[in-house]
Amino acid sequence: MTTATQTLRGEVTVRDLSKTFNINGRALNVLSSVNLHIRGGECLAIVGASGSGKTTLLRILAGLEEADEGRVLIDGQPVHGVGTERAVIFQEPRLLPWRTVIENVAFPLEVRGLSRDEARKHARRYVQLVGLTDFVEAYPSQLSGGMAQRVGIARALAIQPEILLLDEPLGALDAMTKLTMQEELARIWREEKVTMVIVTHDLEEAIYLADRVLVLPKEKGGRIRTIEVDLLRPRNRSESGFVKLREELLSEFGLH
Amino acid sequence: MALDIEQSYPLNNSPSKTGRLRSGQVGPAFSTGVLGRLVRGGVQNVVVRYGSIIALAVLWQVSATAGWINPAVIPPLDRIWDALVNGFVNGPLWRDVAISLQRAGIAFAAAVALGIPLGLFMGGIRVVERALDPILQLLRQTSALALYPVFILLLGLGETSKVFVIFWATLFPILLATIGGVKQADPKLIEMARVYGARRSHIFRSVVLPGALPQIFVGLRLSATTALLLLIAAEMIGANSGLGFQVMNAQYNFQIPLMFGAILLLAALGLVANSILETLQKRLCRWAPAKA
Repeated sequence: MTTATQTLRGEVTVRDLSKTFNINGRALNVLSSVNLHIRGGECLAIVGASGSGKTTLLRILAGLEEADEGRVLIDGQPVHGVGTERAVIFQEPRLLPWRTVIENVAFPLEVRGLSRDEARKHARRYVQLVGLTDFVEAYPSQLSGGMAQRVGIARALAIQPEILLLDEPLGALDAMTKLTMQEELARIWREEKVTMVIVTHDLEEAIYLADRVLVLPKEKGGRIRTIEVDLLRPRNRSESGFVKLREELLSEFGLH
Repeated sequence: MALDIEQSYPLNNSPSKTGRLRSGQVGPAFSTGVLGRLVRGGVQNVVVRYGSIIALAVLWQVSATAGWINPAVIPPLDRIWDALVNGFVNGPLWRDVAISLQRAGIAFAAAVALGIPLGLFMGGIRVVERALDPILQLLRQTSALALYPVFILLLGLGETSKVFVIFWATLFPILLATIGGVKQADPKLIEMARVYGARRSHIFRSVVLPGALPQIFVGLRLSATTALLLLIAAEMIGANSGLGFQVMNAQYNFQIPLMFGAILLLAALGLVANSILETLQKRLCRWAPAKA
Protein backbone atom coordinates (compact mmCIF):
# COMPACT_ATOMS: atom_id res chain seq x y z
CA MET A 1 0.00 0.00 0.00
CA THR A 2 2.60 2.54 -0.98
CA THR A 3 1.53 5.99 -1.98
CA ALA A 4 3.02 5.53 -5.44
CA THR A 5 0.56 2.79 -6.38
CA GLN A 6 -2.31 4.58 -4.67
CA THR A 7 -2.13 7.53 -7.05
CA LEU A 8 -2.83 5.19 -9.92
CA ARG A 9 -5.43 3.04 -8.23
CA GLY A 10 -8.94 3.86 -7.14
CA GLU A 11 -10.28 4.24 -10.65
CA VAL A 12 -14.05 3.93 -10.85
CA THR A 13 -16.12 3.08 -13.91
CA VAL A 14 -19.89 3.07 -13.90
CA ARG A 15 -21.68 1.45 -16.82
CA ASP A 16 -25.35 1.83 -17.70
CA LEU A 17 -26.40 2.01 -14.09
CA SER A 18 -30.13 2.09 -13.37
CA LYS A 19 -32.01 2.01 -10.12
CA THR A 20 -35.72 2.03 -9.42
CA PHE A 21 -37.22 2.15 -5.97
CA ASN A 22 -40.58 0.72 -5.11
CA ILE A 23 -42.38 3.14 -2.85
CA ASN A 24 -45.88 2.12 -1.75
CA GLY A 25 -46.36 0.05 -4.86
CA ARG A 26 -45.26 2.87 -7.16
CA ALA A 27 -42.08 2.56 -9.13
CA LEU A 28 -39.77 5.51 -8.69
CA ASN A 29 -36.95 5.66 -11.18
CA VAL A 30 -33.97 7.34 -9.51
CA LEU A 31 -31.12 6.60 -11.86
CA SER A 32 -31.33 5.58 -15.48
CA SER A 33 -28.38 4.52 -17.62
CA VAL A 34 -25.73 6.43 -15.77
CA ASN A 35 -22.27 6.21 -17.28
CA LEU A 36 -19.32 7.61 -15.45
CA HIS A 37 -15.58 7.39 -15.26
CA ILE A 38 -13.56 8.62 -12.31
CA ARG A 39 -9.79 8.71 -12.63
CA GLY A 40 -7.65 7.27 -9.84
CA GLY A 41 -6.83 10.05 -7.37
CA GLU A 42 -9.45 12.38 -8.77
CA CYS A 43 -11.84 14.39 -6.65
CA LEU A 44 -15.32 14.33 -8.10
CA ALA A 45 -18.26 16.23 -6.67
CA ILE A 46 -21.81 15.16 -7.39
CA VAL A 47 -24.48 17.82 -7.14
CA GLY A 48 -28.13 17.79 -8.04
CA ALA A 49 -31.53 18.79 -6.80
CA SER A 50 -32.96 16.67 -4.01
CA GLY A 51 -34.41 13.52 -5.45
CA SER A 52 -31.93 13.51 -8.31
CA GLY A 53 -30.43 10.28 -7.03
CA LYS A 54 -27.02 11.58 -5.99
CA THR A 55 -27.04 9.80 -2.66
CA THR A 56 -28.34 6.62 -4.28
CA LEU A 57 -25.48 6.74 -6.77
CA LEU A 58 -22.98 7.09 -3.94
CA ARG A 59 -24.59 4.26 -1.98
CA ILE A 60 -24.37 2.01 -5.01
CA LEU A 61 -20.69 2.89 -5.39
CA ALA A 62 -20.26 2.05 -1.71
CA GLY A 63 -21.99 -1.29 -2.16
CA LEU A 64 -24.71 -0.43 0.34
CA GLU A 65 -27.35 -0.43 -2.36
CA GLU A 66 -27.60 -2.73 -5.33
CA ALA A 67 -28.23 -1.45 -8.83
CA ASP A 68 -31.03 -2.97 -10.88
CA GLU A 69 -28.96 -2.80 -14.02
CA GLY A 70 -25.45 -1.89 -14.92
CA ARG A 71 -22.10 -2.39 -13.29
CA VAL A 72 -19.57 -0.71 -11.11
CA LEU A 73 -15.94 -1.44 -11.84
CA ILE A 74 -13.10 -0.51 -9.56
CA ASP A 75 -9.66 -0.67 -11.12
CA GLY A 76 -11.29 -2.63 -13.92
CA GLN A 77 -12.81 -5.25 -11.64
CA PRO A 78 -16.59 -5.48 -11.18
CA VAL A 79 -17.57 -5.11 -7.54
CA HIS A 80 -20.48 -6.46 -5.51
CA GLY A 81 -21.31 -5.26 -2.05
CA VAL A 82 -18.98 -3.40 0.26
CA GLY A 83 -15.24 -3.68 -0.03
CA THR A 84 -12.20 -2.68 1.92
CA GLU A 85 -10.81 -0.55 -0.90
CA ARG A 86 -13.71 1.85 -0.31
CA ALA A 87 -14.62 3.85 2.80
CA VAL A 88 -17.75 5.88 3.33
CA ILE A 89 -18.18 9.08 5.32
CA PHE A 90 -21.80 9.83 6.13
CA GLN A 91 -23.50 13.09 7.00
CA GLU A 92 -23.60 11.98 10.64
CA PRO A 93 -20.27 10.92 12.08
CA ARG A 94 -21.75 7.57 13.18
CA LEU A 95 -19.29 7.08 16.01
CA LEU A 96 -19.72 4.32 18.55
CA PRO A 97 -20.63 6.31 21.66
CA TRP A 98 -19.03 3.80 24.04
CA ARG A 99 -15.67 4.05 22.34
CA THR A 100 -13.16 6.85 22.75
CA VAL A 101 -11.84 8.79 19.76
CA ILE A 102 -8.88 6.49 19.25
CA GLU A 103 -10.99 3.37 19.75
CA ASN A 104 -13.46 4.59 17.15
CA VAL A 105 -10.68 5.15 14.63
CA ALA A 106 -9.28 1.73 15.51
CA PHE A 107 -12.65 0.03 15.01
CA PRO A 108 -12.38 -0.84 11.28
CA LEU A 109 -8.86 -2.08 11.87
CA GLU A 110 -10.13 -4.44 14.56
CA VAL A 111 -12.79 -5.60 12.11
CA ARG A 112 -9.93 -6.43 9.78
CA GLY A 113 -8.39 -8.64 12.40
CA LEU A 114 -5.75 -6.40 13.93
CA SER A 115 -5.29 -6.81 17.67
CA ARG A 116 -6.54 -4.04 19.94
CA ASP A 117 -3.02 -2.71 20.53
CA GLU A 118 -1.98 -2.85 16.90
CA ALA A 119 -5.17 -1.16 15.81
CA ARG A 120 -4.70 1.61 18.35
CA LYS A 121 -1.12 2.15 17.32
CA HIS A 122 -2.09 2.44 13.69
CA ALA A 123 -5.12 4.61 14.47
CA ARG A 124 -3.02 7.18 16.30
CA ARG A 125 -1.50 8.43 13.06
CA TYR A 126 -4.94 9.20 11.64
CA VAL A 127 -6.17 10.89 14.80
CA GLN A 128 -3.11 13.07 14.43
CA LEU A 129 -3.82 13.67 10.75
CA VAL A 130 -7.21 15.21 11.56
CA GLY A 131 -5.73 17.25 14.41
CA LEU A 132 -7.36 15.54 17.38
CA THR A 133 -4.26 14.39 19.22
CA ASP A 134 -5.43 16.15 22.37
CA PHE A 135 -8.72 14.28 22.34
CA VAL A 136 -7.64 10.66 21.81
CA GLU A 137 -9.32 9.49 24.98
CA ALA A 138 -12.43 11.68 24.72
CA TYR A 139 -15.84 10.11 24.20
CA PRO A 140 -17.98 11.21 21.22
CA SER A 141 -20.47 12.91 23.57
CA GLN A 142 -17.66 15.26 24.57
CA LEU A 143 -16.94 16.40 21.01
CA SER A 144 -18.41 19.18 18.91
CA GLY A 145 -20.04 18.32 15.60
CA GLY A 146 -16.98 19.27 13.59
CA MET A 147 -14.64 17.27 15.80
CA ALA A 148 -16.90 14.22 15.66
CA GLN A 149 -16.88 14.39 11.87
CA ARG A 150 -13.08 14.59 11.92
CA VAL A 151 -13.06 11.35 13.88
CA GLY A 152 -15.32 9.83 11.22
CA ILE A 153 -12.87 10.97 8.54
CA ALA A 154 -9.90 9.59 10.47
CA ARG A 155 -11.69 6.26 10.83
CA ALA A 156 -12.33 6.10 7.09
CA LEU A 157 -8.71 6.95 6.28
CA ALA A 158 -7.34 4.44 8.79
CA ILE A 159 -8.16 1.52 6.50
CA GLN A 160 -6.15 3.26 3.77
CA PRO A 161 -8.89 3.10 1.18
CA GLU A 162 -8.32 3.79 -2.50
CA ILE A 163 -11.65 5.51 -2.72
CA LEU A 164 -13.28 7.80 -0.21
CA LEU A 165 -17.03 8.19 -0.65
CA LEU A 166 -18.55 11.17 1.15
CA ASP A 167 -22.29 11.64 1.48
CA GLU A 168 -22.91 15.30 2.35
CA PRO A 169 -20.21 15.02 4.98
CA LEU A 170 -20.37 18.66 6.07
CA GLY A 171 -24.11 19.14 5.66
CA ALA A 172 -24.86 19.14 9.38
CA LEU A 173 -22.13 21.57 10.41
CA ASP A 174 -22.41 25.29 11.06
CA ALA A 175 -21.14 27.68 8.38
CA MET A 176 -17.79 28.50 9.97
CA THR A 177 -16.89 24.93 10.86
CA LYS A 178 -17.93 23.90 7.39
CA LEU A 179 -15.39 26.22 5.75
CA THR A 180 -12.63 24.95 8.03
CA MET A 181 -13.56 21.39 7.27
CA GLN A 182 -13.54 22.02 3.53
CA GLU A 183 -9.93 23.11 3.85
CA GLU A 184 -9.26 20.01 5.90
CA LEU A 185 -10.76 17.75 3.26
CA ALA A 186 -8.74 19.47 0.53
CA ARG A 187 -5.57 18.93 2.54
CA ILE A 188 -6.38 15.31 3.33
CA TRP A 189 -7.17 14.57 -0.28
CA ARG A 190 -3.84 16.10 -1.32
CA GLU A 191 -1.85 14.29 1.35
CA GLU A 192 -3.50 10.88 1.25
CA LYS A 193 -3.83 10.78 -2.56
CA VAL A 194 -7.15 8.98 -2.57
CA THR A 195 -9.93 9.09 -5.09
CA MET A 196 -12.66 11.18 -3.55
CA VAL A 197 -16.31 11.19 -4.54
CA ILE A 198 -18.30 13.75 -2.62
CA VAL A 199 -22.04 14.22 -2.76
CA THR A 200 -23.01 17.72 -1.71
CA HIS A 201 -25.77 20.25 -2.09
CA ASP A 202 -23.32 23.06 -1.53
CA LEU A 203 -22.14 24.28 -4.95
CA GLU A 204 -19.31 26.33 -3.49
CA GLU A 205 -18.08 23.28 -1.63
CA ALA A 206 -18.16 21.31 -4.87
CA ILE A 207 -16.04 23.92 -6.69
CA TYR A 208 -13.68 24.32 -3.75
CA LEU A 209 -12.89 20.60 -3.55
CA ALA A 210 -13.44 18.94 -6.88
CA ASP A 211 -11.56 18.45 -10.13
CA ARG A 212 -14.91 17.91 -11.81
CA VAL A 213 -18.47 18.61 -10.78
CA LEU A 214 -21.15 16.22 -11.94
CA VAL A 215 -24.62 17.75 -12.19
CA LEU A 216 -27.38 15.15 -12.07
CA PRO A 217 -30.48 16.14 -14.05
CA LYS A 218 -33.70 16.85 -12.26
CA GLU A 219 -35.91 15.16 -14.81
CA LYS A 220 -35.21 11.48 -15.40
CA GLY A 221 -33.47 10.60 -18.61
CA GLY A 222 -31.99 14.06 -18.75
CA ARG A 223 -28.37 14.57 -19.59
CA ILE A 224 -25.74 14.45 -16.85
CA ARG A 225 -23.62 17.59 -17.12
CA THR A 226 -19.96 17.67 -16.17
CA ILE A 227 -18.14 20.87 -15.29
CA GLU A 228 -14.37 20.90 -15.18
CA VAL A 229 -12.95 22.93 -12.33
CA ASP A 230 -9.76 24.24 -13.81
CA LEU A 231 -8.58 26.32 -10.87
CA LEU A 232 -5.25 26.31 -9.09
CA ARG A 233 -5.10 24.80 -5.60
CA PRO A 234 -5.41 25.85 -2.84
CA ARG A 235 -8.48 27.57 -4.17
CA ASN A 236 -9.70 31.00 -3.34
CA ARG A 237 -13.45 31.36 -2.96
CA SER A 238 -13.51 35.00 -4.00
CA GLU A 239 -11.24 34.72 -7.02
CA SER A 240 -12.93 35.60 -10.36
CA GLY A 241 -12.59 32.12 -11.91
CA PHE A 242 -14.22 30.61 -8.82
CA VAL A 243 -17.07 33.09 -8.89
CA LYS A 244 -17.62 32.50 -12.60
CA LEU A 245 -17.85 28.73 -12.11
CA ARG A 246 -20.24 29.27 -9.26
CA GLU A 247 -22.51 31.32 -11.51
CA GLU A 248 -22.28 28.69 -14.22
CA LEU A 249 -23.29 25.98 -11.74
CA LEU A 250 -26.10 28.09 -10.32
CA SER A 251 -27.54 28.61 -13.78
CA GLU A 252 -27.62 24.81 -14.16
CA PHE A 253 -30.27 24.95 -11.48
CA GLY A 254 -31.98 27.99 -12.97
CA LEU A 255 -30.64 30.20 -10.20
CA HIS A 256 -28.64 33.40 -10.31
CA MET B 1 -3.91 23.19 11.69
CA ALA B 2 -7.37 24.53 11.64
CA LEU B 3 -8.25 23.69 15.19
CA ASP B 4 -8.79 27.17 16.55
CA ILE B 5 -12.50 27.25 15.76
CA GLU B 6 -13.07 23.94 17.45
CA GLN B 7 -11.40 25.03 20.63
CA SER B 8 -14.06 27.57 21.37
CA TYR B 9 -16.48 24.73 21.97
CA PRO B 10 -17.09 23.81 25.58
CA LEU B 11 -15.49 20.48 26.24
CA ASN B 12 -16.68 18.32 29.08
CA ASN B 13 -13.51 16.35 28.69
CA SER B 14 -13.17 14.59 32.05
CA PRO B 15 -14.44 17.40 34.26
CA SER B 16 -12.62 16.14 37.35
CA LYS B 17 -9.28 16.38 35.59
CA THR B 18 -9.76 19.86 34.22
CA GLY B 19 -11.23 20.92 37.54
CA ARG B 20 -8.12 19.83 39.36
CA LEU B 21 -5.94 21.57 36.80
CA ARG B 22 -7.79 24.83 37.30
CA SER B 23 -7.67 24.81 41.08
CA GLY B 24 -3.94 24.17 40.77
CA GLN B 25 -3.61 27.27 38.64
CA VAL B 26 -5.37 29.74 40.91
CA GLY B 27 -3.24 31.76 43.33
CA PRO B 28 -3.11 31.12 47.09
CA ALA B 29 -5.29 34.16 47.79
CA PHE B 30 -8.04 32.47 45.85
CA SER B 31 -7.70 28.95 47.16
CA THR B 32 -9.22 29.56 50.60
CA GLY B 33 -12.19 31.15 48.90
CA VAL B 34 -12.48 28.17 46.59
CA LEU B 35 -12.13 25.78 49.51
CA GLY B 36 -14.74 27.67 51.50
CA ARG B 37 -17.11 27.56 48.58
CA LEU B 38 -16.46 23.84 48.16
CA VAL B 39 -17.21 23.14 51.83
CA ARG B 40 -20.31 25.26 51.76
CA GLY B 41 -21.32 23.61 48.50
CA GLY B 42 -20.75 20.19 50.08
CA VAL B 43 -22.91 21.00 53.11
CA GLN B 44 -25.58 22.37 50.85
CA ASN B 45 -25.46 19.21 48.76
CA VAL B 46 -25.89 17.00 51.82
CA VAL B 47 -28.81 19.10 53.06
CA VAL B 48 -30.55 19.02 49.69
CA ARG B 49 -29.91 15.31 49.18
CA TYR B 50 -30.56 13.92 52.65
CA GLY B 51 -32.38 16.73 54.46
CA SER B 52 -35.83 15.24 53.93
CA ILE B 53 -34.87 11.82 55.24
CA ILE B 54 -33.14 13.29 58.30
CA ALA B 55 -36.21 15.43 58.97
CA LEU B 56 -38.44 12.38 58.69
CA ALA B 57 -36.30 10.41 61.14
CA VAL B 58 -36.31 13.30 63.63
CA LEU B 59 -40.08 13.74 63.28
CA TRP B 60 -40.59 10.01 63.83
CA GLN B 61 -38.40 9.89 66.92
CA VAL B 62 -39.87 13.03 68.48
CA SER B 63 -43.52 12.23 67.84
CA ALA B 64 -43.13 8.69 69.21
CA THR B 65 -41.29 9.71 72.38
CA ALA B 66 -43.54 12.74 72.99
CA GLY B 67 -46.57 10.53 72.61
CA TRP B 68 -48.08 12.37 69.62
CA ILE B 69 -48.48 8.96 68.05
CA ASN B 70 -49.03 5.70 69.88
CA PRO B 71 -45.53 4.28 70.53
CA ALA B 72 -47.03 0.82 70.84
CA VAL B 73 -47.98 0.97 67.15
CA ILE B 74 -45.14 3.13 65.87
CA PRO B 75 -42.27 2.81 68.31
CA PRO B 76 -39.47 5.38 68.44
CA LEU B 77 -36.42 4.72 66.29
CA ASP B 78 -34.09 3.97 69.22
CA ARG B 79 -36.31 1.11 70.33
CA ILE B 80 -36.38 -0.24 66.78
CA TRP B 81 -32.60 -0.01 66.73
CA ASP B 82 -32.35 -1.85 70.07
CA ALA B 83 -34.67 -4.56 68.81
CA LEU B 84 -32.55 -4.95 65.69
CA VAL B 85 -29.29 -5.18 67.65
CA ASN B 86 -30.88 -7.65 70.02
CA GLY B 87 -32.22 -9.66 67.10
CA PHE B 88 -28.75 -9.90 65.59
CA VAL B 89 -26.90 -10.58 68.86
CA ASN B 90 -29.29 -12.93 70.64
CA GLY B 91 -31.86 -13.83 68.03
CA PRO B 92 -32.15 -15.46 64.65
CA LEU B 93 -31.86 -12.33 62.48
CA TRP B 94 -28.53 -13.34 60.89
CA ARG B 95 -30.06 -16.57 59.76
CA ASP B 96 -33.09 -14.72 58.39
CA VAL B 97 -31.00 -12.24 56.45
CA ALA B 98 -28.86 -15.08 55.10
CA ILE B 99 -31.79 -17.21 53.98
CA SER B 100 -33.57 -14.21 52.42
CA LEU B 101 -30.45 -13.19 50.53
CA GLN B 102 -30.00 -16.75 49.40
CA ARG B 103 -33.54 -17.03 48.04
CA ALA B 104 -33.50 -13.66 46.28
CA GLY B 105 -29.90 -14.15 45.14
CA ILE B 106 -30.39 -17.55 43.55
CA ALA B 107 -33.59 -16.42 41.85
CA PHE B 108 -32.04 -13.20 40.57
CA ALA B 109 -28.90 -14.96 39.35
CA ALA B 110 -30.99 -17.54 37.52
CA ALA B 111 -33.12 -14.81 35.94
CA VAL B 112 -29.98 -13.00 34.75
CA ALA B 113 -28.41 -16.22 33.50
CA LEU B 114 -31.48 -17.07 31.46
CA GLY B 115 -32.93 -13.63 30.71
CA ILE B 116 -29.91 -11.92 29.16
CA PRO B 117 -28.85 -14.70 26.74
CA LEU B 118 -32.46 -15.42 25.81
CA GLY B 119 -33.14 -11.71 25.37
CA LEU B 120 -30.09 -11.30 23.15
CA PHE B 121 -31.18 -14.26 21.09
CA MET B 122 -34.78 -13.10 20.79
CA GLY B 123 -33.85 -9.50 20.10
CA GLY B 124 -31.20 -10.47 17.58
CA ILE B 125 -33.37 -12.73 15.45
CA ARG B 126 -36.57 -11.08 14.32
CA VAL B 127 -38.41 -14.36 13.59
CA VAL B 128 -37.77 -15.79 17.03
CA GLU B 129 -38.94 -12.62 18.68
CA ARG B 130 -42.10 -12.49 16.61
CA ALA B 131 -42.87 -16.14 17.27
CA LEU B 132 -42.35 -15.98 21.01
CA ASP B 133 -43.75 -12.54 21.69
CA PRO B 134 -47.41 -13.61 22.23
CA ILE B 135 -46.40 -16.14 24.88
CA LEU B 136 -44.13 -13.59 26.47
CA GLN B 137 -46.88 -10.99 26.62
CA LEU B 138 -49.30 -13.49 28.16
CA LEU B 139 -46.82 -14.68 30.76
CA ARG B 140 -45.66 -11.27 31.80
CA GLN B 141 -49.20 -10.03 32.26
CA THR B 142 -49.90 -12.90 34.63
CA SER B 143 -49.01 -11.83 38.14
CA ALA B 144 -46.29 -13.99 39.63
CA LEU B 145 -48.11 -13.95 42.97
CA ALA B 146 -51.26 -15.30 41.34
CA LEU B 147 -49.13 -18.16 40.03
CA TYR B 148 -47.56 -18.84 43.41
CA PRO B 149 -50.24 -21.40 44.41
CA VAL B 150 -49.57 -23.17 41.13
CA PHE B 151 -45.86 -23.24 41.85
CA ILE B 152 -46.54 -24.58 45.34
CA LEU B 153 -48.71 -27.32 43.88
CA LEU B 154 -46.01 -28.23 41.40
CA LEU B 155 -42.91 -27.73 43.48
CA GLY B 156 -44.11 -28.13 47.05
CA LEU B 157 -44.03 -25.69 49.92
CA GLY B 158 -40.25 -25.81 50.30
CA GLU B 159 -37.45 -23.60 49.03
CA THR B 160 -37.91 -24.43 45.35
CA SER B 161 -41.33 -22.85 44.96
CA LYS B 162 -40.19 -19.70 46.79
CA VAL B 163 -37.10 -19.31 44.65
CA PHE B 164 -39.09 -20.10 41.54
CA VAL B 165 -41.76 -17.48 42.11
CA ILE B 166 -39.06 -14.83 42.61
CA PHE B 167 -37.21 -16.08 39.55
CA TRP B 168 -40.42 -15.91 37.55
CA ALA B 169 -41.12 -12.33 38.49
CA THR B 170 -37.54 -11.14 37.97
CA LEU B 171 -37.08 -12.87 34.63
CA PHE B 172 -39.45 -10.68 32.65
CA PRO B 173 -38.03 -7.23 33.33
CA ILE B 174 -34.57 -8.51 32.38
CA LEU B 175 -35.79 -10.39 29.34
CA LEU B 176 -37.92 -7.56 27.98
CA ALA B 177 -35.27 -4.91 28.62
CA THR B 178 -32.65 -7.01 26.85
CA ILE B 179 -34.90 -7.64 23.85
CA GLY B 180 -35.76 -3.94 23.73
CA GLY B 181 -32.12 -2.91 24.00
CA VAL B 182 -31.07 -5.19 21.17
CA LYS B 183 -33.96 -4.14 18.94
CA GLN B 184 -33.21 -0.47 19.48
CA ALA B 185 -29.72 -0.83 18.05
CA ASP B 186 -28.97 2.13 15.79
CA PRO B 187 -29.27 0.97 12.15
CA LYS B 188 -26.91 3.75 11.10
CA LEU B 189 -24.15 2.39 13.31
CA ILE B 190 -24.80 -1.11 12.01
CA GLU B 191 -24.52 0.18 8.45
CA MET B 192 -21.26 1.90 9.37
CA ALA B 193 -19.87 -1.37 10.68
CA ARG B 194 -21.06 -3.11 7.53
CA VAL B 195 -19.17 -0.61 5.35
CA TYR B 196 -15.98 -1.66 7.10
CA GLY B 197 -16.71 -5.29 6.38
CA ALA B 198 -17.83 -6.37 9.86
CA ARG B 199 -19.63 -9.71 9.92
CA ARG B 200 -22.92 -10.29 11.73
CA SER B 201 -21.33 -11.75 14.83
CA HIS B 202 -18.85 -8.91 15.03
CA ILE B 203 -21.59 -6.32 14.59
CA PHE B 204 -23.58 -7.98 17.33
CA ARG B 205 -20.64 -8.03 19.72
CA SER B 206 -19.26 -4.58 19.08
CA VAL B 207 -22.28 -2.51 18.05
CA VAL B 208 -25.53 -4.10 19.20
CA LEU B 209 -24.47 -5.44 22.59
CA PRO B 210 -22.75 -2.33 23.98
CA GLY B 211 -25.66 -0.23 22.73
CA ALA B 212 -28.12 -2.46 24.58
CA LEU B 213 -26.18 -2.37 27.84
CA PRO B 214 -27.81 0.72 29.44
CA GLN B 215 -31.23 -0.72 28.67
CA ILE B 216 -30.24 -4.09 30.13
CA PHE B 217 -29.22 -2.32 33.32
CA VAL B 218 -32.62 -0.67 33.54
CA GLY B 219 -34.08 -4.19 33.49
CA LEU B 220 -31.60 -5.47 36.06
CA ARG B 221 -32.42 -2.70 38.51
CA LEU B 222 -36.13 -3.16 38.03
CA SER B 223 -35.67 -6.89 38.60
CA ALA B 224 -33.67 -6.40 41.77
CA THR B 225 -36.52 -4.36 43.23
CA THR B 226 -39.04 -6.97 42.10
CA ALA B 227 -36.94 -9.75 43.62
CA LEU B 228 -37.14 -8.21 47.09
CA LEU B 229 -40.84 -7.52 46.69
CA LEU B 230 -41.61 -11.11 45.77
CA LEU B 231 -39.25 -12.39 48.42
CA ILE B 232 -41.33 -10.81 51.16
CA ALA B 233 -44.58 -12.02 49.69
CA ALA B 234 -43.27 -15.56 49.36
CA GLU B 235 -41.87 -15.53 52.87
CA MET B 236 -45.09 -14.22 54.35
CA ILE B 237 -46.94 -17.17 52.86
CA GLY B 238 -45.83 -20.41 54.40
CA ALA B 239 -42.25 -19.83 55.49
CA ASN B 240 -40.62 -20.21 58.87
CA SER B 241 -37.54 -18.16 58.25
CA GLY B 242 -36.45 -15.10 56.35
CA LEU B 243 -37.00 -11.39 56.75
CA GLY B 244 -40.54 -11.52 55.35
CA PHE B 245 -41.35 -14.23 57.86
CA GLN B 246 -39.85 -12.07 60.64
CA VAL B 247 -42.07 -9.13 59.72
CA MET B 248 -45.21 -11.28 59.98
CA ASN B 249 -44.00 -13.26 62.98
CA ALA B 250 -43.04 -10.15 64.94
CA GLN B 251 -46.46 -8.71 64.25
CA TYR B 252 -48.21 -11.88 65.46
CA ASN B 253 -46.16 -11.81 68.64
CA PHE B 254 -46.64 -8.08 69.02
CA GLN B 255 -42.89 -7.41 68.78
CA ILE B 256 -43.58 -4.17 66.98
CA PRO B 257 -40.04 -2.71 67.22
CA LEU B 258 -38.63 -5.92 65.71
CA MET B 259 -41.26 -5.79 62.97
CA PHE B 260 -40.18 -2.28 62.01
CA GLY B 261 -36.58 -3.35 62.30
CA ALA B 262 -37.11 -6.12 59.78
CA ILE B 263 -38.95 -3.73 57.46
CA LEU B 264 -36.13 -1.19 57.61
CA LEU B 265 -33.63 -3.97 57.02
CA LEU B 266 -35.50 -4.91 53.86
CA ALA B 267 -35.42 -1.31 52.69
CA ALA B 268 -31.68 -1.24 53.36
CA LEU B 269 -31.20 -4.41 51.32
CA GLY B 270 -33.03 -2.80 48.42
CA LEU B 271 -30.85 0.30 48.61
CA VAL B 272 -27.66 -1.78 48.74
CA ALA B 273 -28.73 -3.92 45.78
CA ASN B 274 -29.58 -0.85 43.77
CA SER B 275 -26.35 0.93 44.56
CA ILE B 276 -24.30 -2.14 43.63
CA LEU B 277 -26.02 -2.26 40.26
CA GLU B 278 -25.65 1.48 39.85
CA THR B 279 -21.92 1.29 40.49
CA LEU B 280 -21.59 -1.57 38.04
CA GLN B 281 -23.57 0.37 35.46
CA LYS B 282 -21.41 3.47 35.89
CA ARG B 283 -18.32 1.38 35.38
CA LEU B 284 -19.61 -0.49 32.33
CA CYS B 285 -21.46 2.42 30.73
CA ARG B 286 -19.04 5.24 31.47
CA TRP B 287 -19.88 6.80 28.11
CA ALA B 288 -23.58 7.16 28.84
CA PRO B 289 -25.11 9.25 31.63
CA ALA B 290 -26.70 6.91 34.20
CA LYS B 291 -30.46 7.18 34.21
CA ALA B 292 -32.35 6.79 37.47
